[in-house]
Amino acid sequence: MTTQHVTLTVNGEAREADVEPRLLLVHLLRDVFGLTGTHIGCDTSHCGACTVHVDGVSAKSCTMLAVQADGHEIKTIEGMADGANLHPLQQAFWDQHGLQCGFCTPGMIMQAAWLLDENPEPSEAEIREGIGGNLCRCTGYVNIVKAIQQAAGELSAAESAPVVAAATTEGQAVTAEPAAAG
Amino acid sequence: MTMTEPRTSPEVGGMGHSVKRKEDPRFIRGAGEYIDDVNLPGQLWLDIVRSPYAHATIKGIDSSEALKVPGVLAVITGKDLEGYKLHWMPTLAGDNQMVLPTDTVMYQSQEVAAVIATSRYAASDGVAAVFVDYEPLPVVTNPYKALEAGAPVLRPDRGAEKQSNHIWHWQSGDAGKADAALAASPVRVKEHIYIPRIHVASIETCGIVADWDPVRSQLTMHMTTQAPHAIRTVVALVAAAAGLPISEQNIRVKTHDIGGGFGGKVPVYPGYVLAVAASFLIGKPVKWIEDRSENLQADSFARDYHIDIEMGATEDGRIQAMKVKTIADHGYTDAAADPSKFPAGLFNVITGSYDFDNAFVEVDGVYTNKPPGGVAYRCSFRVTEAVHAVERMVDVLAHEIGKDPAQLRMENFIKPEQFPYKTPTGWEYDSGDYGRALQKALDLIGYDDLRKEQAEKRARGELMGIGISSFTEIVGAGPSHDFDILGLKMFDSCEIRVHPTGKVLARIGVQTQGQGHETTFAQIIAEELGFPVSDIKIEYGDTDTAPYGLGTYASRSTPVAGAATAVAARKVRDKARKLAAHLLEASEEDLEWEPGKFSVKGSPDRFKTIQEISLAAYTNHPQGMEAGLEAVDYYDPPNLTFPFGSYICVVDIDKGTGQVHIRRFVAVDDCGNIINPMIVDGQIHGGLTMGLAPALYEEIRYDELGNNLAGTFLDYLVPTAVETPAWELEKTVTPSPHHPIGAKGVGESATVGAPPAIANAVVDALWHLGVRNIDIPITPQKVWTILNEKGVN
Repeated sequence: MTTQHVTLTVNGEAREADVEPRLLLVHLLRDVFGLTGTHIGCDTSHCGACTVHVDGVSAKSCTMLAVQADGHEIKTIEGMADGANLHPLQQAFWDQHGLQCGFCTPGMIMQAAWLLDENPEPSEAEIREGIGGNLCRCTGYVNIVKAIQQAAGELSAAESAPVVAAATTEGQAVTAEPAAAG
Repeated sequence: MTMTEPRTSPEVGGMGHSVKRKEDPRFIRGAGEYIDDVNLPGQLWLDIVRSPYAHATIKGIDSSEALKVPGVLAVITGKDLEGYKLHWMPTLAGDNQMVLPTDTVMYQSQEVAAVIATSRYAASDGVAAVFVDYEPLPVVTNPYKALEAGAPVLRPDRGAEKQSNHIWHWQSGDAGKADAALAASPVRVKEHIYIPRIHVASIETCGIVADWDPVRSQLTMHMTTQAPHAIRTVVALVAAAAGLPISEQNIRVKTHDIGGGFGGKVPVYPGYVLAVAASFLIGKPVKWIEDRSENLQADSFARDYHIDIEMGATEDGRIQAMKVKTIADHGYTDAAADPSKFPAGLFNVITGSYDFDNAFVEVDGVYTNKPPGGVAYRCSFRVTEAVHAVERMVDVLAHEIGKDPAQLRMENFIKPEQFPYKTPTGWEYDSGDYGRALQKALDLIGYDDLRKEQAEKRARGELMGIGISSFTEIVGAGPSHDFDILGLKMFDSCEIRVHPTGKVLARIGVQTQGQGHETTFAQIIAEELGFPVSDIKIEYGDTDTAPYGLGTYASRSTPVAGAATAVAARKVRDKARKLAAHLLEASEEDLEWEPGKFSVKGSPDRFKTIQEISLAAYTNHPQGMEAGLEAVDYYDPPNLTFPFGSYICVVDIDKGTGQVHIRRFVAVDDCGNIINPMIVDGQIHGGLTMGLAPALYEEIRYDELGNNLAGTFLDYLVPTAVETPAWELEKTVTPSPHHPIGAKGVGESATVGAPPAIANAVVDALWHLGVRNIDIPITPQKVWTILNEKGVN
């Protein structure tokens, strides 16, 4: 089968590959680049487990071809933490018990990050609407909503703190050191 | 002992602390390792050809075009497997299931052939190129029709004496006494209640990487299973029966991280066996990952119970008797993971939270042209079906005699002083305080004000309803005299090793699919031994290292393996006491324990910490004592545990669309002593949402030809954050008297308790129109149709 060469940026790193034109973006990320944090939970674009950012916009990577990502910037869950410093959403999901089996979590965090980019101070109804394309079977969404509210508060606080805000684009600088497990 | 406050410090993090989960750091970074993340060198891919027909003869399978597809290496059919006696396999219920058919397919999407290829996409191409010639046969999807004379016999393989679609009959209670008490009851209410077929739809589907190493005769199965040890033993038995050189010491099941289970990952699916067979034949690792559509169309299903229930009562509503006749649709094979003595699970818990003497329950299992049924949907043992029926009937009775449903429940509850309580169907409830839980729920929701509001709204023609469910759960299977799966007794286990530096490795026979065992089982050990949770590592899901256990389902982890963990920790403490006596030069009787140290009675400054004792176990143990500080326990519970709760739901119904809107939902749960309040609340949130789902949205329906009408997430409506209400939770604490830490299990309570609360609320809103029952899921279409029939609009 013929292949096509794609060049893209993934989590800030230049990547390239020869791919079949039919290869899904999610399979490029997982099977070719080994970024297995992005998950696959359905085959009809309903579950959102595969959510990533394409040029800063949330997208279901099972619904995009790898060739459509040619020349674009992709961000996955692996690109959210800054070394040991968790993204405020990652920290908040941990703090608020916003995950159980963890399978929907990467997609949920990526969707929530985009939601907060678009709407830094969402109401509860706006949060629920905003994650309406991401299914979770374990949590009943209660603590996911709380986690997004916690992160929204921290991200806005970072935004309004000029010194810190200048040092970061995503608020990592104000994130507390991750507490020891337990 | 009732535990309302933690006994250990937050640093230790024993029971009662909301310790943040130890498993989360990997999940929030996307560093979990789920089955599709496992890739082995030289790995091949397996994909499955599935039947478009629900019942058909296979006239031929032509693989020639598929074998021309680049990357396709082999196509495996039922005839190929027959040569190895691997075309049939046992189900956990002791029935038989095809791995691949040799001549007849029995349900739509049944596995027909397997394609092995060098990549995911090539395997899929190969599937599309396999040509199967089918001749359709008559289809039976209705279990009542399946029982009629002249219905096609779906399972001729069962032998000449079993030429019908009837699988088994099971009954409990005394029919004569129930009949007599019903006949003597001045009030009798009767309903037919259908609990539809549903599917757990965990967000991760099923999968396996089967790795047969012919040089070492070693089979490693990396797979999504809730019961790794049972799977290992079943594979060993099947291999032995087939004469294959795969023996149990060389079979290793590894689960890695599992993306939700809810019972759907208990059975052995043909895909797993096909991957193992392919790896065995080819000598390379073979990976099979199910699509969502395959998962919804072919994996085992839950429920599908057709219940006729009658209840008798006095004129003022004292329940006297119950009689229940049920048809259980199991699809083409009974694949339930029920204990062998209980083909209808623990359905005879149907007398619920109520005190009456006469009950009779019977269930008949039936074959139809549907995928295997009878597995769990966050409740394995038919408790959800039972609780729905009894809680609906209590409401029907209350409305029938014009008594408030809360009042009627209060008057019929088993009283706290009646425990342990023997039910008319043979269970002994260990503990309960049902009135306290219901009163708490009534107070929390403001019940009296809501009833006033409802009366005002009804006068204005608005539809508002209030529904109650006061359920009794039955979990923790189970005592070995009654409970086994394929003969394996349902004990569970824990092994604890304390290292010289005072750090702990513990391995458990159960499996987490999101429940947080790495945290909660560490908390049990912290509670018993005083090591901080951060110093305790919990492992599971590797049959080469974990002690034998029956796995995680039916809310059995805490009741059984949790008990084993506490008992193993106490064995460690017993040895620690001997070591402390040696170190302190005191007699064992003169020592007293508080979490984390032994001290000499009356001399609190003379003590040894558990960490000092741990070091001594390897460096300074007395002559004649074995070195080390370890223990293992295989716990055989003396009884089941009986969590309970009262839920109240308030709904408003849109008369124009028939849409049910849940305004409030209060859940008061009692799961005994609580290990981690945060995790318990999380379990209840999730359980409630999986109760909401079948109550209002989810159903796997079939048309007359056996076509699955909800085979993708387009049609199978898993609730999103938009439909899910903000659940309001409260607790009461009534410890289990026989469980070492007084815990009861909580994972399934809310899924059991929520549907009747919602259904009762909807019927409560419509009772004045003459509505007595609406089968779940209560869709807008059903409600809208009723409203139009009743001339409301």
